[in-house]
Amino acid sequence: MSDIVYSIENLEQIYGSRTVLRVPSLQIAQGEVLALVGPSGAGKSTLLRLLALLETPTRGQVTLHLDGRAVTSATATIEDRRQIAMVFQRPVLLSRSVRANVAYGLRLRGKRNQHDRVEAALERVALTHIADTHPRTLSGGEMQRVAVARSLILEPRVLLLDEPTANLDPYNVGLIESLVREQNQQFGATSVLVTHNVFQARRLASRVALILDGDIIEIAPTETFFNAPRDPRTAAFVSGEFVY
Amino acid sequence: MALRSLQVTITALGICIVIGIPAGAALALIRFPGKRLLTALIYTGMGFPPVVIGLMVYLLLSRSGPLGSLGWLFTLRAMILAQIILATPLIVGITMSSVLGVDPGLQPQLRALGATRWQIVRALLLEARFGIIVGVVAGFGSVISEVGAVMLVGGNIEGRTRVMTTAIVLETRQGSFDFALALGIILLALSFITNLTMVLGQGKLSSS
Repeated sequence: MSDIVYSIENLEQIYGSRTVLRVPSLQIAQGEVLALVGPSGAGKSTLLRLLALLETPTRGQVTLHLDGRAVTSATATIEDRRQIAMVFQRPVLLSRSVRANVAYGLRLRGKRNQHDRVEAALERVALTHIADTHPRTLSGGEMQRVAVARSLILEPRVLLLDEPTANLDPYNVGLIESLVREQNQQFGATSVLVTHNVFQARRLASRVALILDGDIIEIAPTETFFNAPRDPRTAAFVSGEFVY
Repeated sequence: MALRSLQVTITALGICIVIGIPAGAALALIRFPGKRLLTALIYTGMGFPPVVIGLMVYLLLSRSGPLGSLGWLFTLRAMILAQIILATPLIVGITMSSVLGVDPGLQPQLRALGATRWQIVRALLLEARFGIIVGVVAGFGSVISEVGAVMLVGGNIEGRTRVMTTAIVLETRQGSFDFALALGIILLALSFITNLTMVLGQGKLSSS
């Protein structure tokens, strides 16, 4: 199938003696927004790092499909990796200006004189007025917006987000969510989003997966996931009465 | 003589930087067996008595020593060699700790933005730049102020290997305090001007 971006087969990720993630099979389609929900330590972020090809699975395969080619963390070239961008929960910025941070990924790709693109990206995250300041003076929400901007400017085919709005105020949450939606709708970026927040999953995702203790308990289209979950644990999770 | 001091200092420091910054970065970023031992040795080197280094270089370069055939003893090269051995551990150690001081969360994020291994190393060195400058300043300080080692291996030969510091020792011993003091002031001024230049350069770096 040509519209599959990721396929996972028999994946197991083991840290030390602990199996943190088991995914027998999972496909992620071109253009979908998949939300991974579940408690802390369930393996959501591990799955995201595997999708980012930042880690190599202990067993099994995570395959990224690009223009009919199948690449893994072992075979991906730097150009393949550059089709993916990831936003982390706690952004770490470079000690350069906000503008230089946003432009960084372009510079890595040898694109130095794309001022219009950089300004447009700053505009999108509403940071034009502080483009010349140093990141250490920014608030948490502003830092995360810089992190989102430095990823979106790359127009990645796959956008991975690890709890991008944890601990942020509603204004910043709304802004970041609308950017993710826009990137998906206008540029067709496939997005995988890790979130604690079931409401965010409902607002953004086309498909939602519940992960508990390293297993995908249920994965379903958002409507089904919330309105007619198969697993009682999903039902408990979406109703907010879930206790881990 | 002041020029010779600067020549020796700049040559030695240049070589120290070329060796020390990459070595410090490698020590911070690469895992290999024996790393702790090497780190301990470098920390020891950071506080090594210069005169002992002078003695070792002397023995190394003396006519019957392993490198005696080079004929470097009592030349500027011998002095530069001693100073390299003296100051390189400083630059390596401080570069290493500065690079280790960069937020460990940065590396995966740069990779996720599409940075190659070398682009990551470059970015981390830039993040650690202020610490690295401190290392270079410390290296400069130890090199330009060195007496014992350069006296031993250079021989303090007038017109050839006499530098500011060794001249100050000699003039003081001969009772020419005025001349010694004047040399001391020139040495201080040289040091100050160089450090001022580095600080100004640092300011430029931070605004970029």
